[in-house]
Amino acid sequence: MTEKLVIIGNGMAPGRMLEHLLDAAPDRYQVTIFNAEPRVNYDRIMLSPVLSGEKDYEEIIIHGDGWYIKNGITLYKGHKVVAIDREANTVRSDHGVTESYDRLVIATGSVPFILPVPGNTLPGVLTYRDLDDVNAMLLAAQSRSKAVVIGGGLLGLEAAAGLQARGMDVTVLHLMPTLMERQLDPAAGYLLQKAIEARGIKVITKANTKAILGEGKAEAVELADGTRIKATLVVMAAGIKPNTWLAKEAGLEVNRGIVVDAGMCSSDPDILAIGECAEVGGHTYGLVAPLYEMARAAAGQLAGVANARFVHSDTPTKLKVTGIDVYSLGDFADGEDREEIVLRDASAGIYKRLVLRDNRIIGTVLFGETGDGAWFSDLKRRQVDITEMRDTLIFGQAYQGGDPLHPMVAVAALPDDAEICGCNGVCKGKITGAISSKGLSSLDDVRAHTKASASCGSCTGLVEQLLKLKLGDAYNPAAVQPICGCTTLGHDDVRRLIKAKGLKTIPAVMQELEWKSSCGCAKCRPALNYYLVCEWPGDYADDYQSRFVNERVHANIQKDGTYSVVPRMWGGVTSAAELRAIADVVDKFQIPTVKVTGGQRIDMLGVGKEDLPAVWADLGKAGFVSGHAYAKGIRTVKTCVGSDWCRFGTQDSTRLGIRVEKFMWGSWTPAKVKMAVSGCPRNCAEATCKDVGVICVDSGYEIHFAGAAGLDIKGTEVLGLVKTEDEALEVIVALAQMYREQGRYLERIYKWAKRVGVAEIRRQVLEDLDRRTAYYTRFIYSQQFAQVDPWSERVSGKDKHEFKPLAAVGFLQAAE
Amino acid sequence: MRWVRIGSLDDIPRRGARCVASPRGRIAVFRTGDDQVFATEDRCPHKGGPLSQGIVHGTSVTCPLHNWVISLETGKAQGADEGTVRTLPVKVEGGELFITRDALAGRAA
Repeated sequence: MTEKLVIIGNGMAPGRMLEHLLDAAPDRYQVTIFNAEPRVNYDRIMLSPVLSGEKDYEEIIIHGDGWYIKNGITLYKGHKVVAIDREANTVRSDHGVTESYDRLVIATGSVPFILPVPGNTLPGVLTYRDLDDVNAMLLAAQSRSKAVVIGGGLLGLEAAAGLQARGMDVTVLHLMPTLMERQLDPAAGYLLQKAIEARGIKVITKANTKAILGEGKAEAVELADGTRIKATLVVMAAGIKPNTWLAKEAGLEVNRGIVVDAGMCSSDPDILAIGECAEVGGHTYGLVAPLYEMARAAAGQLAGVANARFVHSDTPTKLKVTGIDVYSLGDFADGEDREEIVLRDASAGIYKRLVLRDNRIIGTVLFGETGDGAWFSDLKRRQVDITEMRDTLIFGQAYQGGDPLHPMVAVAALPDDAEICGCNGVCKGKITGAISSKGLSSLDDVRAHTKASASCGSCTGLVEQLLKLKLGDAYNPAAVQPICGCTTLGHDDVRRLIKAKGLKTIPAVMQELEWKSSCGCAKCRPALNYYLVCEWPGDYADDYQSRFVNERVHANIQKDGTYSVVPRMWGGVTSAAELRAIADVVDKFQIPTVKVTGGQRIDMLGVGKEDLPAVWADLGKAGFVSGHAYAKGIRTVKTCVGSDWCRFGTQDSTRLGIRVEKFMWGSWTPAKVKMAVSGCPRNCAEATCKDVGVICVDSGYEIHFAGAAGLDIKGTEVLGLVKTEDEALEVIVALAQMYREQGRYLERIYKWAKRVGVAEIRRQVLEDLDRRTAYYTRFIYSQQFAQVDPWSERVSGKDKHEFKPLAAVGFLQAAE
Repeated sequence: MRWVRIGSLDDIPRRGARCVASPRGRIAVFRTGDDQVFATEDRCPHKGGPLSQGIVHGTSVTCPLHNWVISLETGKAQGADEGTVRTLPVKVEGGELFITRDALAGRAA
């Protein structure tokens, strides 16, 4: 019979414990989780990148809703357990749900330490523990005013950097003389303070907070020496304490944390405790590696594994502030029996210190350059006698044995039991073993199978080197390709930062994201222009000089410098009047070639640039607008005659095609978007090799996308079937908007879909109705600024300079 | 050296170009983001593309036909490509632009 396992808390430790338990004893327990937070299990280590805008919440989810369903786990979201009845073996939530248990796991984590000062409950005073705190901070940061962070430890500094990245004016108050004094020695603490200050964050050390002042909300922080610092947001990050009240109420033995043995059992053998709330061997823990170790031990205990014991080990500390590299491990206090090796490079901001006892490393502090952390950690763990390499030890692994080693060689030289991923305790042998035995070929594969690099990500480089080592050239690193030589950032990072930092001009992007060239290049400028147009449709003034010539002059440049002109013919349908107007234009301007295009339009080739406005003026009089045949934008919708004429037609494909085209024209997209609507599965409009296609059937409209018929040939993917024309339009528009927001510049839909996954796109634009509506609404908003006919604008005089030579000179002189 | 006025600095957008028609072919006149002015023949050394229609960045222009990057200072193709477009002297005085009559006549500038 299955036993009942109840878990209080849904953080990273119990999440990991369940993974181990499901592996070891999949059917032994019926699992129920109470989570005081109204959400699934996410990676709390990554809250700082969410705060700074480098990641989204969706990216840090560890177990999505589907995972709980698949594993038959009941998750009560937003339920706080208020009582444990150890007589009846039940727990009760604040919403009145009572569950009985055979085994209970308490994983209530920790609570922030709130300074006992006047004003600490004023609105505007926040803590930094969970996603709600982050959201509250993001809201406060919109004011772009002043913030004070109390506490210059890991969490406080990450909060400060995040708030500053969001545009706030931030001051950090720290009680001790140097920052992060528990993890760093004073020298590294000093460098850290300099680096933090260099970002424009003020730091006050030896700052003893006396009160938070304000009428009805936080307005300032007052220090013991009388200093007052204005602040509309005060973040308390002065430490955490284990959250033990529930265990105390239940009469369990509680010291600093809930006292458990090495098998994670509390004083009641039916009840386990893991995570930040647990105290084992006299220690409580806050970093993820020992918490995962607890999770492993607890899962073993629950699965009935005999030797599941928690083992203490030192864990390295790393600061997750982009651009500031700090690493600290072990014991680095001075002492009689200790020696030290120190390397300082003041101008480069590098400081490295190794603390030795009996020629063995017992502590490491690295600042500015932390690449050798794993190697020093390994030497420490294995207690290697370093006498032989003492002279060069501080320079790192690459300098052992004379010549600097290539990083690959350095990784190759690591022993199999060297730890690669500190968060998850994954050693080199486990990773290389999994790569060979499971045939892994990507970083994501390794993350999925070994957990290495799946938490804070700071060992990603090492894992990639291992992949490269095992697979050689077969490994195609997922490493981010920079947009161009002007930056080290990839497309996705740039887009995210444009949004997060509220950057609204190309110079602002280049300044804030530290572009390496003065004004970009022909690769990055059009990309940035598109990203800004897409992100800020109502605010951004299109940068004309950052557009490729075709999009400046709204025609297609040809090999001889003339242009081709394609007027829009909605859905590929035309009339005698339109054809007559085209014929007249061709005659009047002596246009050499007239050609029918692949998208059911008429192309006039060989028009001189100076003639373009006059050509458009004549076409405009006949009702034509630009066909955007030159644009990274919505191009054409091809149609067949459908149920209007065709004896096989099931729906009015022509009408739908025209409707889609009239709705969507003018929109800029990452790359061109060509569409088609076929009235029956015979598919005369060739919709199944288009970016977006519709095949009409008796029961409705089958929506296709991600086809290609150019450099690559690829049939479309089926997005899904919808019943009505209205719904078809809405889904197509939502799909286009999702692509507009996520596609990299010049990345066609089929490539984007391959990267993002067809299932994910289907989920977002077909299944999740709220999301679909949100995409649809954003598209409509941006259309009000986009649906302007560029031809008539230019006929009316816009960009006049573009179509005339600056001067015509020298002719007379030449004749002289 | 005789100079011929061809227009004002303000007639050319920053990070942009205009062309000047002359008996010996079109001349491209570029204005950089920091208001330097350069002139070249309006023919890419690769396949004759109109450089005046390209994207101007730093002191280079990218040809609209096949993305060759040409230095406006030297006329030389950058990177792996090889070729040189003829550059022409141009001067800015009081916001007015001038090129030499020699350039128009087609003699080596």
